[in-house]
Amino acid sequence: MNAPIVKAKGLARHYEVGGGLLSKGKIVRALSGVDFELSPGKTLAVVGESGCGKSTLARLITMIEEPTEGTLEIDDNNVTPDNWASLRSSVQIVFQDPYGSLNPRQKVGYILQEPLIINRPDMSKQEREAKAREMIELVGLRAEHYDRYPHMFSGGQRQRISIARALMLEPRVVVLDEPVSALDVSIQSQILNLLVELQERLGLAYLFISHDLSVVKHFADEVIVMYLGRAVERASKEEIFAAPKHPYTKALLSTTPRADPTATKERIKLEGELPSPLDNLPGCAFAPRCWKATEECRTGRPALEGDAHGVACFHPE
Amino acid sequence: MTDQVANTTEPAEVKEIRPSALREFWYYFSENRGAVIGMWVFLGFAFLAVFGPLIAPYDPTEQFRDHILQPPFWQEGGSWAFPLGTDPLGRDMLSRLINGARYSFFVGIVVVSVAASGGIIIGLLSGFAPKIIDTIIMRVMDIILAFPSLLLALVLVAILGPSLTNAMIAIAIVFQPHYVRLTRASVLAERQKDYVTSARVAGAGKSRLMFITVLPNCLAPIIVQGALSFSTAILDAAALGFLGMGAQPPTPEWGTMLAEAREFILRAWWVVTFPGLAILVTVLAINLMGDGLRDALDPKLKRS
Repeated sequence: MNAPIVKAKGLARHYEVGGGLLSKGKIVRALSGVDFELSPGKTLAVVGESGCGKSTLARLITMIEEPTEGTLEIDDNNVTPDNWASLRSSVQIVFQDPYGSLNPRQKVGYILQEPLIINRPDMSKQEREAKAREMIELVGLRAEHYDRYPHMFSGGQRQRISIARALMLEPRVVVLDEPVSALDVSIQSQILNLLVELQERLGLAYLFISHDLSVVKHFADEVIVMYLGRAVERASKEEIFAAPKHPYTKALLSTTPRADPTATKERIKLEGELPSPLDNLPGCAFAPRCWKATEECRTGRPALEGDAHGVACFHPE
Repeated sequence: MTDQVANTTEPAEVKEIRPSALREFWYYFSENRGAVIGMWVFLGFAFLAVFGPLIAPYDPTEQFRDHILQPPFWQEGGSWAFPLGTDPLGRDMLSRLINGARYSFFVGIVVVSVAASGGIIIGLLSGFAPKIIDTIIMRVMDIILAFPSLLLALVLVAILGPSLTNAMIAIAIVFQPHYVRLTRASVLAERQKDYVTSARVAGAGKSRLMFITVLPNCLAPIIVQGALSFSTAILDAAALGFLGMGAQPPTPEWGTMLAEAREFILRAWWVVTFPGLAILVTVLAINLMGDGLRDALDPKLKRS
């Protein structure tokens, strides 16, 4: 049960941008060298601001894109484009935008059956339909929703349909790409509760991508903090929230709103912008905005060190 | 726990908040009165095209030698036997016009379906193909578009030989690039959406993505383009007929009828006016209907 199902080592993805017939394009390092392991029944949260490579990571894990470097193992199978087709059914994804992720011309029943039509051609029509109806119940929708089009549903219901679709192939890993950030706060908790319950019942492993730390705090077992395509800190949820070591994590945590008027607000305000992923800085990517940065930080890049609580910083707390 | 969650999901049934797609379409379409009138005229035109030979009083090629160039019934010398008069060979104008509707309708349907099906397939391929192939396809389409359309059609007919079939082929080739561009543009927009990605994660192959996932979502602008180019096809076929490159006499095609009657313009106004009017009314009606279709189907023009 506790053997990791997904193992990623040094995952990197570079994109070439620009460049025409004569000029050579520049390389965007959207993701450079991320390691993690994910076990069944566990939730790994990936947090970071926009452009830090969270969604690129999701695209690599769901086998939409091939990593430029590094290895990805799912169920002890090394993932290459050749065996994508056979491994697809073990990794599925739920997207952020519930309005764009369902085909507006297909009925809910068909949306749910499509993964089976593609991957299980041996299954009879009745079996497929029975399974889709069962899944509708499982995610808390009603049987009469089966014959409706997506535009007849609210955002929260659509997200339930997305979850149902992701579960149709009985995956062992579900990538949740900001699944609740487009929803009302009241609906968010319902969807999160549903996800927790499904995880307990089906033993799913979640890769939970988010920028909302209060959601992560409730939901995750382990947290990876990313900055500009690299993991800067990795630890269990308790450790990250109680004792963050990396200055960036600290700054990120200090911006989370807290419902406690008596607590003193110590907001760390970061100066400057995220550096462009186009220029490959020699030092720590966070150094230009860091209040602790020294000469060492600008010339050398710290590696992620420490087993239980890893941090990539020369001056951890 | 599932049940608890289910009970709190939504306060009320979301059943009839949004009308069905068809009713919504009719709502927007009928707001445009010109479009509704255009639709009725078009339906009348379609009816004539289907049942023309049964309605027409005479055979369109039958010549009444005693009644050459007889004027319409309300003019002196006209009679109810030939309500719209006769042409220089004594053929009944009304019968010829009614039968001509069939040719125009046929031209419109064939041209639009050939151009649209070819254009949709090329556009889909171009939208999904690697950048180099996409660029090649689009530059070829740009070259076709750079020619004045009637001139290109004339050249093609000159190569293929003048006949109605060849004219239709030529016009279809000239119209193709519009459909390619339109389809490609919608495909590129739709491809970005998450539902396409999720179909890919589910393992959908290229052809499934193209025809089952993406194509149904791209159809609205193509339908509008189809309606509008239906009329342009009729117009171009008539122009080719007028230039002697389309339907050949004695076919009662409207453009050909105009060409045949050219030398009698001053002596007998009716031989050119009625075919011209028939073309005008038909094209106008279809354009009005196409405008209404665009109002109803194009999400950018919807007001709500």
